[in-house]
Amino acid sequence: MSQTLGIVYFLFPLVVASMVPLALVALGALFSERSGVINIALEGIMVMGGFVGIMSIRYIELATTLPSQLIAFIGLLIGAVAGCLFSFFHAYASINMKSNQIISATALNLFAPALAVFVARTIFLSRRIVISGNYLIREVPVLSDIPVIGELFFTRAYLSTYIGVVIFIVLTIVLYKTRLGLRIRSCGENPHAADSLGVNIYRIRYIGVLISGALAGMGGVIFVLSFATRFDGTVVGFGFLALAVLIFGQWHPRKILYAAFFFAAMRVIASTYSGIPVLQDIRLPAEVYRMLPYVATLVVLAFVSKKSQAPRAAGEPYDVGKR
Amino acid sequence: MKLPWARKQAGDTHNGDTRIVHSVLQKVADKPASISAFSSILAIISGLVVGFVIMLIVNPGDAVPGFFTILFGWLSEGSRSVGDMLYFGVPIVLTGLSVAFAFRTGLFNIGATGQLTVGAFTAVYIGVNWGFLGALHWVVAVLGGMIAGAIWGGIAGLLKAFRNVHEVVSSIMLNYIAMYLNTMLIVQLIYNRQYARAMSPLPSARIPTWFLRDIFPGSSVNIGIFIAIGLTILLHVILNRTVFGYELKSVGFNRDAAKYAGMNARRNIVLSMTISGALSGVAGAIMFLVAGRHLEPVNQLMQEGFTGIAIALLGLSAPAGVFLAGIFYGALEQGGYYLQLYDFMPEIIDIIIAVIIYFSALSLFIQSYVAGYLRRKVGAEVELQQGTAVK
Repeated sequence: MSQTLGIVYFLFPLVVASMVPLALVALGALFSERSGVINIALEGIMVMGGFVGIMSIRYIELATTLPSQLIAFIGLLIGAVAGCLFSFFHAYASINMKSNQIISATALNLFAPALAVFVARTIFLSRRIVISGNYLIREVPVLSDIPVIGELFFTRAYLSTYIGVVIFIVLTIVLYKTRLGLRIRSCGENPHAADSLGVNIYRIRYIGVLISGALAGMGGVIFVLSFATRFDGTVVGFGFLALAVLIFGQWHPRKILYAAFFFAAMRVIASTYSGIPVLQDIRLPAEVYRMLPYVATLVVLAFVSKKSQAPRAAGEPYDVGKR
Repeated sequence: MKLPWARKQAGDTHNGDTRIVHSVLQKVADKPASISAFSSILAIISGLVVGFVIMLIVNPGDAVPGFFTILFGWLSEGSRSVGDMLYFGVPIVLTGLSVAFAFRTGLFNIGATGQLTVGAFTAVYIGVNWGFLGALHWVVAVLGGMIAGAIWGGIAGLLKAFRNVHEVVSSIMLNYIAMYLNTMLIVQLIYNRQYARAMSPLPSARIPTWFLRDIFPGSSVNIGIFIAIGLTILLHVILNRTVFGYELKSVGFNRDAAKYAGMNARRNIVLSMTISGALSGVAGAIMFLVAGRHLEPVNQLMQEGFTGIAIALLGLSAPAGVFLAGIFYGALEQGGYYLQLYDFMPEIIDIIIAVIIYFSALSLFIQSYVAGYLRRKVGAEVELQQGTAVK
């Protein structure tokens, strides 16, 4: 029994570390799609946010002696701003120019890693941007002494986890309890009705896309800070995994949390299964666990898509003339 | 391609110059193809300009020679570099055709990379293991890749036709499933532990070079270029000259109307995705059935599938246009190879391609803007003419 508990205590922080960026980025995508703009550029925006954020962290580390958690905080903010600015291109193409949203997102997905690697290789002569990697909080004072909860949530944690939880709660409240949230949701369901009530569709959709950009950018920084001590121009499909989380979570914040937990658990199992007795015996290749979230999403799609919860107007450019 | 205004102009000469200009502009404004071709070229120019500006920022001194290397590097070593341009271009032509075919039938095949991956794995697997096939070995390997790609595309088609799952979403999932499957199967079935990569296909499985080796000495070009040309022509014929192609396009254009006209919409969607996937599968086979290039278990999506989207857009989804755009990409890639002479990183090519895609996405707007501009211009000229007539 105590061994099982030990494994849980060992795995849980790892799962949370994967879950936070997944859930945040998926929530961002939720805002974008609920406002009516499909955003499959999450991967590219994460790369861009991670690139700018990690590069800033590297320079701050070199130039100052700020406490590491403060540096992490600044890095997260810079990543969010970078993602926000980058997503502006997608917003402009899909909202003002009424372009095909898949095509413009694909452009962003290709642009970000190319630019990141190009700049890194030009400046550092290597695609890697290395940072000190000292961003784990070993123990939160006082709180880590609480039995069970302290062990699960307040040891071996990251600052981004707590920031992520706050952002998730605040944005969920915004989406369901504020006027802005109602407007965002209405723009994705029936923009013409919203327009007739005086809602500025373009403005709301910009807000939706830029929120998703900010969260994806921050997610990119979180990804690097939690899993690596360097950035090498990729977030290894995390952005697309977040998209799968959004779909698996059926465009609903609470279900997104469940989906993110499930997907994160699969990721962690894929990299640690040799240390888990039960799975050790099954001897499946790690790729099976890595594949599982995508297969599960396909299966879910196949079964629910006839009564899909996807926002009705997502992907449709707003055209006043179609009313 | 026939110049849209050629006939009209010849017949109208006696009516005076303004009339000719009028008819030319009118024709251009009425002919979406020429305006889209214009927006395609505009997208390419925009991409190149952005690339040039980035090069100027990074290394102003070498930016100009570097830029010319991108554009004309494919000429720098004569027949060898021309051959390599074709070699780089072929897989992109094929993924471009794959995406373009889906576009023409109303589907967005963002899954070309996954289809290419399963195609590549199947082809290499056959290439490594089925040496008993002798002279037919490479043919069977390519066909195997094609069938694998077709199945992978067909899954997305089935999900779309019968479960109403958007092909973009299902293809994204299938891309990652293919990627992990590829890694897993390489390690389990055809692993070369010493080099941590897949084994090399047997020489009999390599795409032959025939006489191309003599025309382009020293280059890697093989008869994949003929396969690409053949498939380009085949697709052109299917799309423009057959009932089958007409049905596929109709279903893409308006599923309900096609159904009302008695076409089997579901079957056509599945077939479209299957054919599209087959083309990407062939691309994967041709990419890896060569000497010196190996599949690796690295869990990375192959970029060629995404580049195919750019090429399909640039080629306006017409097979011939896609072929030209794909070879153009080969030239850029080849130029990027020489670019390192000037201390520029070859990723600049990917940046240029990404910008080109972005501007292709804006092309609808550019097109309507150009069309509007032309219409205004024509309108003004008509007024002018009427003015002179009244006088």
